[in-house]
Amino acid sequence: MNWLLVLAGAMAGAPLRYLTDRAVQARHDSVFPWGTFAVNVAGSLLLGILTAAAPSRLQLLLGTGLCGALTTYSTFSYETLTLAREGARGYAVANAALSVVCGLGAAFAGVALGRGLWG
Amino acid sequence: MSTTRAGTVTGGPSPRTRPPGRRPVARGQGAVVCAVSLGGGAGAAARYGAGLLWPAPAGAFPWTTFLINVVGCALIGVLLTVIGELAAPHRLLRPFLGTGVLGGFTTFSTYAVDVQRLTEDGHVATALAYLAATLLAALAAVWAASAATRAVLLRRSAR
Repeated sequence: MNWLLVLAGAMAGAPLRYLTDRAVQARHDSVFPWGTFAVNVAGSLLLGILTAAAPSRLQLLLGTGLCGALTTYSTFSYETLTLAREGARGYAVANAALSVVCGLGAAFAGVALGRGLWG
Repeated sequence: MSTTRAGTVTGGPSPRTRPPGRRPVARGQGAVVCAVSLGGGAGAAARYGAGLLWPAPAGAFPWTTFLINVVGCALIGVLLTVIGELAAPHRLLRPFLGTGVLGGFTTFSTYAVDVQRLTEDGHVATALAYLAATLLAALAAVWAASAATRAVLLRRSAR
């Protein structure tokens, strides 16, 4: 049952990341990977809300499954490497710094929100 | 892709007329979305399984998630470099293995929330070490794996 919850969440989360990335990337002209940034920050916020006190099954479905697959470290690091290689070093550094700072901020905000929501 | 514009050109009725540039992102993406979904499920299951096998004790450095993210970054460095060198890669190869499996395997949200939890529980040094180590190791892994793969492919093609 637990495996099914994780699978179901992830099978929704991964395509949600793909489609969000396409939607975001179609709406700006810069080389900055705003799509991956957006899913990583949104997923960190949601996981923060869930870990605060959500029921364990909801955490498996939406936390480990959905948020885990919605967010990604591999694409984030590959896009950062690509920016650095293509001469956009400033963007590469900005992407790494902004993703970490905003992702963390979202996680802290999510936990605080979750306490209000579940508590 | 541009069914709306084709309909306008032929003068036929265009039942789904939309402003240009606002075509739905999912149109024509069925196979790719399925590949991403299946891959994402497989990657997440592997991550979940690793967490069950090697659970991280509370307050300790989250080695399992750290290694998942670093290994996933190395693998995407290999994968995307190989795909970049292929003459005609299958169109679902990158969505399935890259966006799906490796995207579902690695996670940014658990990384961020683990740092939050360690900080709140008073393990600030561990939180900062984990924060920096993951970022540096992940970037080093994707760079090294990509460079090594490129070198191997170059040597092969030179033969």
